[in-house]
Amino acid sequence: MSKIPKDISPAAHLSVDPWRQLKGFTRARIALGRAGSSLPTKEVLDFGLAHAMARDAVHLMLDIDALESGIQSQGFKTIRVHSKAPDRPTYLLRPDLGRRLTDQSLAELERVAMLSRNAAVTIDFMIVVGDGLSSLAVAHHVTPLLAEALKYIPAEWKLGPVVIASQARVALADEIGQVLGARMVAMLIGERPGLSSPDSLGIYLTYHPRLGLSDADRNCISNVRPEGLHYVGAAKKLLWLAKEAARLKVSGVALKDESDIQEIDQKSMLHISKL
Amino acid sequence: MAYRYIVGTITYQFSDLKEVLAKATPARSGDYLAGLAAETYAERMSARMCLAEIPLKQFLEELIIPYETDEVTRLIVDTHDKEAFAEISHLTVGDFRDWLLSDIADSVTLKRIAPGITPEMAAAVSKLMRNQDLILVAKKCRVITSFRNTIGLPGHISVRLQPNHPTDDARGIAASMLDGLLYGAGDAVIGINPATDSLPALMDLYYLVDEVINQYNIPTQSCILTHVTNQIQLIEKGAPVDLVFQSIAGTEKANKSFGIDIALLKEAQSAALSLNRGTVKNEYGGSNVMYFETGQGSVLSANANFGVDQQTCEARAYAIARHLSPLLTNTVVGFIGPEYLYDGKQIIRAGLEDHFCGKLLGVPLGCDVCYTNHAEADQDDMDTLMTLLATAGLTFIMGIPGADDIMLNYQTTSFHDALYLRKVLGLRPAPEFEQWLKTMNIMDAQGQIQPVSKTHSMLQNMPKNLLSAQLKFC
Repeated sequence: MSKIPKDISPAAHLSVDPWRQLKGFTRARIALGRAGSSLPTKEVLDFGLAHAMARDAVHLMLDIDALESGIQSQGFKTIRVHSKAPDRPTYLLRPDLGRRLTDQSLAELERVAMLSRNAAVTIDFMIVVGDGLSSLAVAHHVTPLLAEALKYIPAEWKLGPVVIASQARVALADEIGQVLGARMVAMLIGERPGLSSPDSLGIYLTYHPRLGLSDADRNCISNVRPEGLHYVGAAKKLLWLAKEAARLKVSGVALKDESDIQEIDQKSMLHISKL
Repeated sequence: MAYRYIVGTITYQFSDLKEVLAKATPARSGDYLAGLAAETYAERMSARMCLAEIPLKQFLEELIIPYETDEVTRLIVDTHDKEAFAEISHLTVGDFRDWLLSDIADSVTLKRIAPGITPEMAAAVSKLMRNQDLILVAKKCRVITSFRNTIGLPGHISVRLQPNHPTDDARGIAASMLDGLLYGAGDAVIGINPATDSLPALMDLYYLVDEVINQYNIPTQSCILTHVTNQIQLIEKGAPVDLVFQSIAGTEKANKSFGIDIALLKEAQSAALSLNRGTVKNEYGGSNVMYFETGQGSVLSANANFGVDQQTCEARAYAIARHLSPLLTNTVVGFIGPEYLYDGKQIIRAGLEDHFCGKLLGVPLGCDVCYTNHAEADQDDMDTLMTLLATAGLTFIMGIPGADDIMLNYQTTSFHDALYLRKVLGLRPAPEFEQWLKTMNIMDAQGQIQPVSKTHSMLQNMPKNLLSAQLKFC
């Protein structure tokens, strides 16, 4: 009869790291333990799932119908456009194509612009929604973020339609804003997904959008998602920046984001007035 | 000068040396994006055949970016060592490949001729080499540097501990640092990519890492990867700066877009040397105070490539590195995205090329073996590349908890990966650091990583930032 090993529990092959408490301080993958000197099976699978989510975020097509009805339910008109990148592989290889509209989309926007001009309407503020590198981010966060943003948009501002752009890079909003003659455009776009953040939404605000601008001409609000910057915070920040951009007639490096400071100032003012 | 090469009935024309170089380059998305890549497989091979016949001397005559307009070219030309070059000056690029692979080119010979090799010569010959050639020759090159430990000795591989946190939270950083140290990582450098640009916050990070190094008496060095101008200012304010970091690229215009030039790097080097914080007193001197990062594609992304392919641009960055005697230089190979390196195959090839070119030129090259989630790559590709590079004598890799950088949102190599390489290939940490690991009972006498108990001195004696959380490990 063979001898029964002393410890036959499946975890006997694993070294556990006795500093798991430190996980409370960071989302980094610390204290994973070891099988020999390698990763335990559970950790390999967890990592694989996170990577799969991030890959799907990049490659799954955005469900535009669902998004459109969500946006329309907030009272916005919508227009769909497409960049010159016809598909995902081309989009990934040719960032330049993701920054320009197809001829067809351009013509459609020009028709809309003509109608506005005839009605002597100038758009003060408009939103473009781009799939970017995470369709998941757009599907999850755009509609609730818009609902929040609506609370802070000044009543006197003329809002443009929400343009939903497929295979879009950030700068596609420049061409869209220019064609529609908008004073300001905010691009809501899926950010490059990380393993711990497959659905992070970015917001890029540009004053006087036009072709040829660079990142230095925009203000960025990043990591919008409930686990990062929540909708209320993002909406307040966006509208704080937009109002400042309208006042100073500029966006980008010349417009410093001091929304946090102002908020703190208001709080401390409140505190002082109570004294 | 125009070049042509005839294959059968077809004559391939190349208008100049840089076009031959670009078209001879193994296919990669960044060169297509730049409009420089060969249009057919046959054109690529004809460019390689043409390149093989070009004498190395031609690279000193035909400058691919003009001397008058580019300080990197001026550095390459002005510091070229003709005496060292004499030994190989009779060779064509094709002969040079054969020569490098031959037993004549041993470690001593390669070190002797390194100052005679220009980045363009290194890039050119790499384009004729297969992956195994890049590994074999790199393995023969010896580049050894030192600060508080000795990096790059044969049979060793070091690890940069990269304890990043998205908001620079001191406890989060300290937790990742402790995790890495208990896994035997951190001999190359403990280097943080900060989220902040604020000088007071950066100052805090310097003190955080310095305190941990002092508390445990670790023979390693720290680095905060912020802009070089911030680091110079912080040195002036008395920050405990070990290594000065900067991203560098292969053209003056690209470096300008980073807000740097060679003179500024020199200034930073002098500032760091003035602190005299290196402790190694052996023949390697302990005076390597720079840490550079590079990566194929950065020059094109700054719109500053002047018709030169991205791999040749990358090799030119190593000329700057070589000039400033860094402790470490890191090619961040898969970070830039699929428009420059599309998939695992392209990332693997680029990593091997960069390591070969760096080592041949005499630069202590490590590699951030990495990818982003929009690249066609995964952990299997990283396993392949890290194994190949470690076989080739790679100086160091990154070490991140679980390979997942939660601040920069990309995947690189983990502490576990470093243990795998050490185990499979019999590689060891820097000797001073290895001694420390043994003293701390993290590694046993045979070099195997040890299980850590709750009573381990590092857990009982935690860094200040973690202690303040009043954790109990009993």
